Amino acid sequence: MELRKNYFADMRKDDLHEIGQPRPRSDSPGHVTGKTAFFADRNFPGMLHLKMVRSPHHHARIRSIDTSEAEKHPGVVKVLTARDVPHNVYTILILIQIGPEDETVLADGKVRWKGEAVVAVLAETERAAQEAAAKVKVDYEVLPAVFDMEEALKPGAPLVNEYHGQNYYLYDSGECRKVRFGDVEAGFAGADCVLEQSYQSSPIEHAPTETTGCVVAPEGNDRFTCYTNTQAMFFTLDNASIILQMPGNKLHFVGGTVGGGFGGKVDVIVEPIAILGAKLTGRPVSFIYSREEEMQISSPRAAEKVVIKDGVMKDGRIVARKVTGYTDAGAYSRHSPYGAQKGAGHYPGPYTIPNVWIDTYCVYTNRTPSSAMRGFGVTIGDFALEVQMDKLARLIGMDPLEFRFINAYRDGDMKAHRQPTEGAALIECMQEASRAANWPVAEKYMAMSSYAKGA
Amino acid sequence: MAKVPVQFTLNGSEKAEFIDSGTTLLNALRDKIGDTSPKGGCHQGTCGACSVIIDGELRLSCLTLAETCNGAAITTTSGLSEGGVLHPVQRAFLDTFATQCGFCTPGTIMAAKVLLDHTPNPSRDEVVEALSGNICRCTGYESIIQAVLLAARANSQNAA
Repeated sequence: MELRKNYFADMRKDDLHEIGQPRPRSDSPGHVTGKTAFFADRNFPGMLHLKMVRSPHHHARIRSIDTSEAEKHPGVVKVLTARDVPHNVYTILILIQIGPEDETVLADGKVRWKGEAVVAVLAETERAAQEAAAKVKVDYEVLPAVFDMEEALKPGAPLVNEYHGQNYYLYDSGECRKVRFGDVEAGFAGADCVLEQSYQSSPIEHAPTETTGCVVAPEGNDRFTCYTNTQAMFFTLDNASIILQMPGNKLHFVGGTVGGGFGGKVDVIVEPIAILGAKLTGRPVSFIYSREEEMQISSPRAAEKVVIKDGVMKDGRIVARKVTGYTDAGAYSRHSPYGAQKGAGHYPGPYTIPNVWIDTYCVYTNRTPSSAMRGFGVTIGDFALEVQMDKLARLIGMDPLEFRFINAYRDGDMKAHRQPTEGAALIECMQEASRAANWPVAEKYMAMSSYAKGA
Repeated sequence: MAKVPVQFTLNGSEKAEFIDSGTTLLNALRDKIGDTSPKGGCHQGTCGACSVIIDGELRLSCLTLAETCNGAAITTTSGLSEGGVLHPVQRAFLDTFATQCGFCTPGTIMAAKVLLDHTPNPSRDEVVEALSGNICRCTGYESIIQAVLLAARANSQNAA
């Protein structure tokens, strides 16, 4: 596809040497010869295998844990419970002052989602660890659980996470992230048509071909090397340092080779407990998710619900937009307070609308904790926004692409969260898309520019 | 646990090991012999990352017991290049950018090699069918399909 070069001609440099030229990837020769070292390709003599005892309940109090039979199982070297973890309650984003700490490395007194880690078993073989894990006896008192975000926000709903005290993340702005711009109710009152629709999505698993895991080797000097496929090396290093109460210089992380991540490997889940196992046994430890764990235990993309109410004029101008977004964090925060906040900044989409009202909630339920995945916080929102745009265009009998030209943000426009628009280029992208897709629009739209308002 | 002797050739070299009965070929290759080019993505025969060639046929090493491979000739992706020269399939994977994270690549290359060994000039449909047991989550497959077709063309030019 040949793209035109007349856009922003005065800003272009066409003496680029790399863009448009294929360059060999530096890692590909290792991939095609099988020489690339993934974390699980590290093997150490005497390596132990870690298997997790997981909660079979969505929400339950733990009355007691009996590990005595598991400890007697042949090949078992160590069994870990919450009391073995130096700083058991953590949250990943505490590194950037987003608290409170709300998640346990190993469950302590309560489980809040089906699959939550309760007891870690370290054994000579994977099989011995698995068999011994099945011998751990946990006495649960099952509690009422809540799986729906709107149910979770109702008064009297079961409380999912005591560290928050309510089933939503408390921002400094209150129960949700808020954006207020203009007068949205006046906008609706003056609109020719008003359309309110709701959109929702299910959790989505990244399903990388390489499952989450790490291999930890003691260096013999109170220092530990952790080979990991984390996508967030320094988040993992610093959180491991907090959880283990060990200075960072005792932790040597080796990674960067990730067998598919897509955001699913940014949480700090396997490394701290594996390092703790290596520390307490003095032996190398391998903790690798089974395929079942990858699909059921690792964080998915959050389920979301987006309610959009728009006021639109028959000439195509959107005059008011109200969005209420709900992000299902599951039982723990991980990266979801950030994802929900990103949504607030992202609405009302790449459109200039004079009256905007945004509320985005990060909601706790007894579902698998969700976290990052490719554009989390905005991807589902974009789906909702653009379906809504098509519906609005149909409602007023306008071409959907021309409808977007009328509302597209341009340089100098003030966005709803009060950042002026710069370098938008949306008009030009749509002009090129119109040509490339052979979806013609009226000449006045082809004459528009992101620079100049008017026309 | 009683050990079982196994003996086979791996990429042309004689290998002999004592293993636990029930050990998969994948684990024997990776943990005992040290060839980590076959990958364990699912350990249940669904992802294809562990694919190897046994006596000329594509096999899933995670579902193959090592003790059933006595006397077999086993090929893995780590043994494909000779004297530092890449096999045409490996070369083609580089040229079409058919690798991203690289985890599925060794298994996929095995599937491609077996296809081209049996069918030197495959149709696109035959390539798609031959790769259908290998899951790739990064590329979207098109670049891999192009790699196999490119390798087939390179082979036929070399033969001509």
